[in-house]
Order: sequence, then C-alpha cells, then structure tokens
Amino acid sequence: MKPAPFDYVAANSVADALDQLARLGADAKILAGGQSLVRLMNSRHSTPGNLIDINGVTDLDRIALEDTDIVIGATTRQRTSETDALVTEHIPLFAAAGHHVAHLSVRERGTVVGSIAFADPSAELPVALLALEGTVLAASHSGERLIAAADFFIGPWQNALADEELAIEVRIPIQPRRRSGSAFLEVSRRHGELPICAVAAITTLDEAGSFAEVRIALGAVGDRPVRARSAEQKAVGLTPSAETYAALADSTARDLEPISNLHGSAPFRRHLAEVLTKRALTAAVADAQESSHA
Amino acid sequence: MPNKVRITLMVNGIERDTLVEPRTLLIDYLRDDLGLTGTHAGCEQGVCGACTVLVDDRATRSCLLFAVQLVGRSVRTVESLAANDGSLHPIQRAFNAKHGLQCGFCTPGMLMAATDLISRIPLPTEDDVRERMSGNLCRCTGYQNIIASVIEAGRLVSEASASAGALVKEEVPA
Repeated sequence: MKPAPFDYVAANSVADALDQLARLGADAKILAGGQSLVRLMNSRHSTPGNLIDINGVTDLDRIALEDTDIVIGATTRQRTSETDALVTEHIPLFAAAGHHVAHLSVRERGTVVGSIAFADPSAELPVALLALEGTVLAASHSGERLIAAADFFIGPWQNALADEELAIEVRIPIQPRRRSGSAFLEVSRRHGELPICAVAAITTLDEAGSFAEVRIALGAVGDRPVRARSAEQKAVGLTPSAETYAALADSTARDLEPISNLHGSAPFRRHLAEVLTKRALTAAVADAQESSHA
Repeated sequence: MPNKVRITLMVNGIERDTLVEPRTLLIDYLRDDLGLTGTHAGCEQGVCGACTVLVDDRATRSCLLFAVQLVGRSVRTVESLAANDGSLHPIQRAFNAKHGLQCGFCTPGMLMAATDLISRIPLPTEDDVRERMSGNLCRCTGYQNIIASVIEAGRLVSEASASAGALVKEEVPA
C-alpha cells in the first residue's frame, strides 16, 4: 500500500505554519518526525489532503530551562532529548521513559512533541508527561494556550488540539532535587515495542522519611495514560516499606479498567500494573533516599 | 493530475534533480525512479529496518520519509559501499566472512545501520550492536552471525583506516 495523494507545503516559520493550519487545518496534518504519521499514511489509515512540514522551522528545535520548567520545542528529536544534559539532570524520569521508545533510528528522527501529540495509549512519553504534570503550548491565529497533560490526552490517539492549532512545545516542571526520586518501568513483548504496561512513579519524602507526595502514571492500561489518583492520596503520610508498596500497587491495579487486545488481556495488564507499580515505587523511593543524602 | 514537485538532492554522491509526487516515499524514489533496488521494502511500517539508508550519514527508515523532504540533503544506499571495480567494502567482507546473511533480504538495511554504527563506535561490543541495531529485523539468521559480522566489520574498518586513510568513496554509478 502506498500513501494517498496529498499536497505538501514546507513551513519556514511558526507564523507560516499557523497560516497554513488556519487555511488547511481540517484536512491537514503536521509532518515533523513522521515516524508515526507516515506509517499510518502508508497503510492509508490516515489520508490527510495536506501535509505541513515543520522540519525547517529551526526555532522549534530547542531544549531550555525557563524558570522552573524544561521546555522542549516541537522539532526536537527524541534522541536529542533523551541524552540532553538539562533533561537528564532536571527531569530524569523523562529521559528514562525516552530510552524505551522504539529503536535508535526511530528516535533520531521522531520528535518528543510529535509522540505526545500522537497520543498513543501505550506510548511512553505521554505517561512520563502525565506523571511530571507537564503542559503543551498550543498556538493558532487566535493565540496561545497551555493544555495540562491531564487534559491533553482525551482518548485513544486523540488529543485536545483544535484543527488549526500547532503544538509548539512541551513544558515540564523540574523534579524536586532533594528527597525525591523517580522510576520508569515497562513490559513489552520485545525490546523496542510498545509496552503492554508502563508505569512512571515519582516519590517525594518529607523530613521524617514518610511520603509527602506520590505520583503514579500508567500507560497501555486504558484508552489514554492515567494517574492512580486514589492510591496517590492514600500514600500521603505513609512510611515507605514493602508492605506499603504492595498496598498502593494493589489499590492502583484495582482502580484500572484495562483494555483487552491481541497483545495483552485485561487481567494480564492489571497484573502487570500491580507488579510494575510495586517495583517502580521501590525504585523511586531508593532514588529519593539516595538524593536525601546527596 | 498528479501534483509533482521538483526536488534536488544528493544520492550516493551524485546530485539528482527530478520531479516527484509529494506522496512518493524515499524508498520508492530510490528503487523506482533511480533504479537503486538494493534498498528493500520489508514492511512499509517502519518496523523491520530493511529499508534503512543513510540520510546525512544517519541510519534512517526510507519507508517513513517522503522524497520531497530530502531537498538539499544527502542520501547513501547500499550501492555506495562496494568500490567502482566491484571490490567489497570491509563491512561487506565482514558479513561474508562471518556468514551474516542467508536470504539477504534484510542485509542492505543491516549494512547501512552497521555503517552508521561503526562511524560512531569504531569497535562496537556485542551490547552496542544489539542496542543500536535493534531496529533491524532478520527472519533467517537468528542474529548471532550478524552481530559477529558487525563486530568484525568494525575491526576491518579500523584496520583499513589505520593503513590506508579514508575508505568511503564519494561517487558511485547509478
């Protein structure tokens, strides 16, 4: 199968891209890395009448620390982000998630913002964004708006962007330096494939060593990445221990309504969620305790 | 009426100037327009890596790129490896010596991925090869000989560089 015919335009600036989107929006897709989009176009699951290529908009290829956010622009490659000093220092969970995405050659072309906008319910970067409570900056002729991760993923491969909006960048608050740690774990059938279950955990301890805050985000267990809000609330004030992790993991798994498909049944995904949550909490706490002594 | 676009790009050291539809994938441009059939279309979904070529010296899936995106860029295919007189590139000699192919379908992708890998890690370990070439699938060999071939390829390339200077030649007849 080959892609259906389309018209192609290469944007040379953000303003240019927004003009094109305003004109063509409903029947246009943004082409950045193309590692997800072109695959869908090859099988004709996606048949946009127009492609707006933003690879030439060099302003969007950036990673910066702005105030207390790491900002990653729309044409920044996944491999660049994964190995970037600002990312590995300030949002190590995002770098950890990034290592699991596909294969090296895919990551050298695919973009961070593209993966997030693609909103695959099983993908790693949306899970990490949700755990880190990042936001997407969306721009159009009408202006700009910030969309929180929790509001951005609205269904399977569905995001909250309007037809004429371009995701310009993601902004991710830096992780706490002290008494805080994180972990990203996943299970997939083969290395480099999408996970059957992915868990991102961030644990922050108070001075007594109890949980001040816990965040647990899961992927591939629903129609979009989810937070284990109930378990997170239960965790506050608890003492980290094997029993605590087991209880929180059990609570997390119970609250899920996993999908069932060829790659994994609902009971299997629920089981993986429980096991991975327990392991992720264990690892995140070890990471937090290490940072307490740093 | 197909909406053709004029593009100019370098392929195996030769400047190419042509008209293509936007929807023409790089792999189809290489195979059908240029007759460079060494690059193989295994899945057209970006999973198997048989279509791997070098774009600006980086291993890239040519089934996930449109030719129109390559304006002003440089592409190298497996045809660029052997010398003009037909003598094999050290990477090809290594795959021969270590039996790194059976049917050969995945091999061009493996060779180009290995070329990129060795340019960045001159003497890769088994772990390096497994990690960095995980995006290239093989249905025949079970991978062991491919890994051995890439490790040997690194050795041969380093040896040749040490004795003779740059191996990569710039121009290949289409």
